[in-house]
Amino acid sequence: MTMSASTLISPPTPPSAQPGTGAASLDARGVHAWFSGRLVLEGVDLTMERSSVTALIGPSGCGKSTFLRILNRMHEVVPGAQLAGTVALDGVDIYGPGQRAADTRRHIGMVFQKPNPFPAMSIADNVLSGLRFSRISPADRDAVVEEMLVKAGLWKEVKDRLGELGGALSGGQQQRLCIARALAVRPRVLLMDEPCSALDPTSTRRIEETIRDIADEVTVVIVTHNMQQAQRVSRHCAFFLAEENQPGRVVESASTTDIFTNPVDPRTEDYVHGRFG
Amino acid sequence: MSTTTLSPPPLGAAPVTPIRPPSPVRPRDFGMKDAALLALSALSALALVWVVFYQLTLLSGAFGFLVCWYAVFLAMYWLASAQMVDRMAASDRVVTVAVVTGAAVVIGLLLFVVLWVSFKAVPHFSWHLLTKDQKFFQILGPHALSSVGVAHAVVGTLEQVGMAALIGVPVAVATAVFLNEVGGRGTRLVRTVVTAMSGTPSVIAGVFIYSILIINHVLGYSGFAAALALFVLLLPLVTRTTEEVLRVVPSGLREASLALGASEWRTVWSVVLPTARSGVITAVLLGVARAAGETAPLLFTAFGSQVMNYNVFSHPQGALPLVVWSNVRQAEPVLVTLAFEAAFVLLVIVLVLFVAARVLGRTRTRGRRRGRTGNGRLFHRNAQPVPIDLPIDIGGNYR
Repeated sequence: MTMSASTLISPPTPPSAQPGTGAASLDARGVHAWFSGRLVLEGVDLTMERSSVTALIGPSGCGKSTFLRILNRMHEVVPGAQLAGTVALDGVDIYGPGQRAADTRRHIGMVFQKPNPFPAMSIADNVLSGLRFSRISPADRDAVVEEMLVKAGLWKEVKDRLGELGGALSGGQQQRLCIARALAVRPRVLLMDEPCSALDPTSTRRIEETIRDIADEVTVVIVTHNMQQAQRVSRHCAFFLAEENQPGRVVESASTTDIFTNPVDPRTEDYVHGRFG
Repeated sequence: MSTTTLSPPPLGAAPVTPIRPPSPVRPRDFGMKDAALLALSALSALALVWVVFYQLTLLSGAFGFLVCWYAVFLAMYWLASAQMVDRMAASDRVVTVAVVTGAAVVIGLLLFVVLWVSFKAVPHFSWHLLTKDQKFFQILGPHALSSVGVAHAVVGTLEQVGMAALIGVPVAVATAVFLNEVGGRGTRLVRTVVTAMSGTPSVIAGVFIYSILIINHVLGYSGFAAALALFVLLLPLVTRTTEEVLRVVPSGLREASLALGASEWRTVWSVVLPTARSGVITAVLLGVARAAGETAPLLFTAFGSQVMNYNVFSHPQGALPLVVWSNVRQAEPVLVTLAFEAAFVLLVIVLVLFVAARVLGRTRTRGRRRGRTGNGRLFHRNAQPVPIDLPIDIGGNYR
């Protein structure tokens, strides 16, 4: 918040004008969310450190996904959705004055629960779609396509059929294509909303490998229902919980080791040991 | 099934004789027995209805006979199937027969219209019909038909419909995008208006243009006035079908595009419309094909003409439907033949539009394997996201 104030005083240099590169930190302060006037998320303070993987865990309907969508301004796409609070990307509030949602989303990419490659585009065009939307034409398209598909762990499987439609891939491959597509715009943060929930164990393992590989260059925030997955991929964990007729809150956030082996709150312990939710 | 496949292979040795694969069966195949049941039901129904309809009662008339025959046939078929299989299967079969009958009637009628027009037109067809107008029409003489043609009407129809599409399609697609992608206040009003508009009798569209523009001398009788009337008809049709097509584009694709930093119009332009491409093209060409066949709106706008008029903006212009309308009632066989030739040419134009819709609608991508995606089916067996097509190809053609 203080940083966003300073950007107002100094000559306005929104991140869109001078995009930083490399992984960035995300700092959410006092985030609330409403759907059609109903409070669903209350007072979330959470810092997602640069180049780390943060897992958001908790039972269904506790506001994890809503929180994730607030982090890149996808929440406001839903009709009737409102929010309060600040989200600072390397100190600049993405909800600050003069910030454009499209620019924010370019820096903070997202992978959805259901694989959603563009069915009318080829595999290669899918990878390049984000760049095309931003009117960026890379000098060497093929190199970008290869680099991103390698990063997403898909290159070997599709290198001979880059011209095929994105929908011709299997579910797990589609999801990795979506990751490649999200990485191609070189985001500083990548949000993943249960990226493996529709996939088989092998595809899940591939995607987890991908997450570990990319974590150096992009900060990852992942929503997952899978405790083992949270343990395998994340360094930090935040446990969300919505008690009966209450909006969702963060019960506890700490390093993944602490959350799973030494939780402070008994509700966290119950949840990570599968006693409810 | 042969039992050899089930017996265990000999232990410790490769089987000496290769195991014969069992012959494949499809449990639901429609076999000879079922065909015989169907045919016998039809036959016995025919006999029964003939006795009751013509002999025992004083009823008469072919149409009534056919309806009764069909109803009795269904009942017979149900009874026979219930006897031979069971009641549930019987109901299934009767419904299947009823549905197939519906499809067969539609296809039969369509084929009948097309074949009948072709039968009347093709023997007299020659290419000069497409180069001459009706200026030198003469009633008598063995070569009366060789001195006339429908070229003026072909030019008129193409210009009027082309003009209507030129104005109408961008407006219609924009309206559909507004209804489905932009939304907000006014959506319901616009949708209601468009729906009401699509119910407008086509003659009203012509009267509208006539009374607003032609009576007030804003425009004379011209192809352009006809194009405006056709635009009024084409707009709601293309809007509604395009909206239907856009609605089935998964919202996940819009989210994916927005999450990549695309603006909303960019999302519509680069993701939603290309995904729905083949459906949108189908919607547009169906609307155009529909407009090409309209007669009533042309009567007092294009007005019709016997001579070639290339200028769409002034003076009356011919059109194929008008040639049909004005000539088919005449006493002169030459004129009646000319009407059928015009109808035939119109059918061919519409056919070309349909084929174009299918060809253009096909997604073109490098190295794409056919059959896996984009085969025009909306709900793919493997639930892969495929390019969206219109759910029913001719859905837009109904009122």
